[in-house]
Amino acid sequence: MDHLLSVAAAVAAVLQALLYAAAAPLLVGWIRKVKARLQNRRGPSVLQPYRDLRKLLGKEVRVAHTASPLFRAAPYVVFAATWLAAATVPLFAVDLPTTAVADLIVLVGLLALARFFLALAGMDVGTAFGGMGASREMLVSALAEPAMLMAVFTLAMTAHSTNLAGVIDFQLTSDFALRPSFLFALAGLVLVALAETGRIPVDNPATHLELTMIHEAMLLEYSGRHLALMEWAAQIKLVLYGALIANIFFPWGIAQSLAPSALGIAIAVIVAKLMLLGAALAVGETLLAKMRLFRAPAFLNLALLLALLGLLSHVILEVGA
Amino acid sequence: MSLIALPLLQQFVLVLAALVLFSSFVLLSQARLVSAIHAFAWQGGLVAAVTTVVAVAGDSTHLYFSALLTFALKAVLIPWMLHRLIRRLELERHVELLRWYAMVNMVAVALVIFSYWLVLPMVHEELAFTRNIVAISLAVVLIGLWMMVVRQQAVAQVLGFMSMENGLFLAAVSATDGMPLVVELGVAFDVLVAMVLFGVFFFQIRESIDSLDVDRLNRLTETVEETDAETGAGSRPMMVKSAVAEGE
Amino acid sequence: MNMSAALSLVALSVVLALASSAASLAAVRMPMVVRLLAMPLFALAGLSALAGGLIALLLGDVVTATLPLGLPWLPWRVRLDALSGFFLALIGVVSFAVGVYGPAYVRGLEKGRDSLVALGGFSGLFLTGMLAVVLANDAFLFMVAWELMSLASYFLVAFQHDNAANRRAAFLYLLMAHVGGLAILLGYGVLASFGDGFAFDAMRAASLPPAWGSVAFVLAFVGFGMKAGLVPLHAWLPEAHPVAPSHISALMSGVMLKVAVYGFVRFVFDLVGEVQWQWGVAVLAVGSLSALFGVLAAMMQRDLKRLLAYSSVENLGIIFIGLGLALLFLGTGYPLPGVLALIAALYHALNHALFKGLLFLGAGAILHSSHEHDLEHMGGLLRRMPWTGFLFLVGCLSISSLPPFNGFVSEWLTFQAALQTWQLDSGVLRSLIPIVAAVLALTGALVAATFVKVYGVAFLGQARSRHVRRARPVPHGMRAGQGILAALCLALGIMPVWVIGAINAIPEQLLGAGLPHSAAEGWLSLNLVAANGASYNAPLMAVLLGLFVALAFWALRRGAVRRVRRCDAWDCGFAPPNTRMQYTATAFAQPIRRVFGHLFLVEETLVPRDDGSHRHQLTIGDRSWGLLYVPVTRWVESASRRVIRLQSGNVRVYLGWTLATLLVLLWIIS
Repeated sequence: MDHLLSVAAAVAAVLQALLYAAAAPLLVGWIRKVKARLQNRRGPSVLQPYRDLRKLLGKEVRVAHTASPLFRAAPYVVFAATWLAAATVPLFAVDLPTTAVADLIVLVGLLALARFFLALAGMDVGTAFGGMGASREMLVSALAEPAMLMAVFTLAMTAHSTNLAGVIDFQLTSDFALRPSFLFALAGLVLVALAETGRIPVDNPATHLELTMIHEAMLLEYSGRHLALMEWAAQIKLVLYGALIANIFFPWGIAQSLAPSALGIAIAVIVAKLMLLGAALAVGETLLAKMRLFRAPAFLNLALLLALLGLLSHVILEVGA
Repeated sequence: MSLIALPLLQQFVLVLAALVLFSSFVLLSQARLVSAIHAFAWQGGLVAAVTTVVAVAGDSTHLYFSALLTFALKAVLIPWMLHRLIRRLELERHVELLRWYAMVNMVAVALVIFSYWLVLPMVHEELAFTRNIVAISLAVVLIGLWMMVVRQQAVAQVLGFMSMENGLFLAAVSATDGMPLVVELGVAFDVLVAMVLFGVFFFQIRESIDSLDVDRLNRLTETVEETDAETGAGSRPMMVKSAVAEGE
Repeated sequence: MNMSAALSLVALSVVLALASSAASLAAVRMPMVVRLLAMPLFALAGLSALAGGLIALLLGDVVTATLPLGLPWLPWRVRLDALSGFFLALIGVVSFAVGVYGPAYVRGLEKGRDSLVALGGFSGLFLTGMLAVVLANDAFLFMVAWELMSLASYFLVAFQHDNAANRRAAFLYLLMAHVGGLAILLGYGVLASFGDGFAFDAMRAASLPPAWGSVAFVLAFVGFGMKAGLVPLHAWLPEAHPVAPSHISALMSGVMLKVAVYGFVRFVFDLVGEVQWQWGVAVLAVGSLSALFGVLAAMMQRDLKRLLAYSSVENLGIIFIGLGLALLFLGTGYPLPGVLALIAALYHALNHALFKGLLFLGAGAILHSSHEHDLEHMGGLLRRMPWTGFLFLVGCLSISSLPPFNGFVSEWLTFQAALQTWQLDSGVLRSLIPIVAAVLALTGALVAATFVKVYGVAFLGQARSRHVRRARPVPHGMRAGQGILAALCLALGIMPVWVIGAINAIPEQLLGAGLPHSAAEGWLSLNLVAANGASYNAPLMAVLLGLFVALAFWALRRGAVRRVRRCDAWDCGFAPPNTRMQYTATAFAQPIRRVFGHLFLVEETLVPRDDGSHRHQLTIGDRSWGLLYVPVTRWVESASRRVIRLQSGNVRVYLGWTLATLLVLLWIIS
């Protein structure tokens, strides 16, 4: 029975990884659809990102004369690192073998690895666009990292562990309590997620103007299957952050066993949560405008302040006595 | 954890107190004057909400009246008066960028930690909950005073002063279950009178020095400098020395 | 294999190092003896030290010996235990790599005007000094070896002494090394007066009153901190390290700074013993300041070796953050998190030695083949020097703390140690330590930005100068030296459990407690203090990463479209981009310079020239120079001007002084 359970758990872990990769374009399509509706358009079909990826995978790859071998290797590393990071975040079940590597700091490390290669790829061809994108991306990520880590710390100080499954389990097993620290950590993490995934107001995912590009500038020289991998990696990163926020702060509904009924409910619940978060993101992107680059530090300072306040309210208000 | 041991209403008070602290940070670094007034209104509203929740939990009727008064005064009347004042002073689009933005916020965080450290000796078990809210209130008072130090605009200084009063009120509500009604009414009307006087003074200041920048009030020391110049013989060697040092 | 075998291996390494130094004397006649004999002896010395140190660390035992050298009543004592074994292994492995790298590099210096005798001779003495410092069991041998280490490295820094700037840098280095050495000596003096003797065993047994303990701590912190390059006593580092030959810079940055860490750990954790938590707060503050300042300064640099030197300041800051956490936890009575923090600091020391050594050797390779050390003149080197480029990439990934390399493991450990703050009683500490952790996170992200800049500008893109366009790959020896260090970076990243199990012997010996056997949980995962606590499964992570890359590669390389067509880069329809249109290093750092610039003295001017063009000049200065060094210099000068009045020039006045001194001494003796 135990052996069967572990096989089932392994299958569930593989399924989770595949689901992340498969569902990422769907989330992006849903966000675009909601945005279009808010702008009084009909918008492309929700499945359009899949068609885009398939189109790109079939196209020929053009590489600049000045590109080095790193240019061709980077998309694979970026995609693999982002996908591995996503695969460790519990999506519909907590008790999977991937919990051994599901550590928040390891998650940050894997995303940093992806970003490192992305920035290097931007600088590889030797044009101004790539260097500009890489330089701006490193600024934004440098300022977002302390805010992210402070939010992680606030969670870890309450749950006494940086293990994702540990934090989720803590939330599920402890009695309901209104924690100001979690509230602030949530706000800070949302702002950090906006910055890291390159959404408005930090970066516009749909622009190709050199004044406004950050992420797109690093991808400018890519084509064909390389571009498909990079775009897919960005989509997986978005669904990663969505699942992270949904499951850490609102974990109710996630399956704590591998019973098929629990799994079914969990999948329905996570789909609902992601749809809600996607719609909220679309509303936010419609209401806000992209900030100029040198206002991004103020934005990320706000995120850091929120996370700091979360930590302080934990120390002052929650532990006490 | 001790948080879970508290009843739900008290947890809600903690959340609201944390939001009051957040609003004082927003007030501190908000560049646009109109948004700062809105932040102040939110702070007043949150303090009124705390009073209401404490009233519900403790079942004391005079606190309901207190809450209503605070809301009417701090969240509606005073922001409206300030708004009107700003419109008359033609400062509606005024934006004041903080220099050393990060440093100001770091000092504010340090003030919060300092006020927590100050109230730590209140270790009596029953007072733990109150002590934490007193720490937050003290932090709000200190941040209000810090706001008066770093901001140059006179209206922003008034907001800092008002938020100090908010902090004191929060401490009073949570620690001593509100103040006697007489004291409360007296303080409220004092604040109202202060607002009216501020309005009058601002016009006077602007007429005399043609701006509402508090740093310009430095010109009041001009007469003092002239008398110093006569005794300049003693101070001159110092200036010469520093010039030599710079020449190196 | 027992401890005496280990001790003999280490003794052999000292002998080999001295032999390497002696062999270089023959370079007066035959310059090639340095690369044919002295460098291989150097490498063998490193190998022997590595072997001896590893055995001592794994056995976890102690062996002491007394040498027939030194003063009659104060002979030199040596001691080999887990802590010295660890640092000997660290010295050994980097020295071995440098010894393998050295011959090919030195060959390039043979035609130059600088004396190879000095290079080979003082390298050997430098290694001897470092080995002796780690082995010393009494203050006398420690200080003699410390002096030898400082003096030998001074001569190595002043190797290319034709350049006046190099001489100034070397002088500053010598001056600060001696001021630091004086502070250390005074610290040992305090301990010796309470311990009744200069032997470390006597100092260990003594118990200090808390006030004197703090005095000794401050002296040791200042002395060892100055050698380790902590802010604000770091000014010598970015001057001295770039000036030395690259393999010596690798030794100085990778190994000598760690010997300072060894000295601090030995002094505070072993000799003083009872630590106070306030020391931890001071060390944490200085460590975080150094880390942040170091990485920001590194970001602003355009000289590759100077950038690496500032990056060493930053990494030493991180090591001292770990040590500060250890002092804090031990001082407040929580030994287990303290042990974790100590292990994190030691692991990071080892990691830094490896990847900084690798990066400096890489910089030396670039210098060897293109004679360039300015980032703004490099570019496109990955296609000209593929192996160096690949190994340098490994170094950049390791220093940026990215999985699956070793830098990530030590950063993860430091964060986990910082996270144990929830156990502390003091609420103030519980708020301050996460702020330190946030500073650490900021530092880590800025390091990644810095090394994206370094790698992107130097190895990627197009070449910005003629020499770089024609750079040739370096000889095999240099590649092998870098390869050894790169392989170790990967190995230490994938097998952290084994390494931590080995390092665990150190806190067990020093503090009496170690981590509960993490190795018992299996070789896979690194489980920490609590059962359901955080864990990092390094081999699994590396395997999965490789698996995912292979999967993506396989899935996408099938099918009809496999070929890749070369074309021009996107040029918006205008003229094709030339090498001047690329992002420069200064341009890459501009956003970060704009956000953090006010921590430095940034002067940016636009000077118009006669032909209508403008000259843009950017100077970035160190504030600590004006805040600390210049006032101290001025005070010393004014004090000496006052003392000069004693020199009246009159013979009878001097005789009068002699008489007065004689009277005072006679009175004291009576």
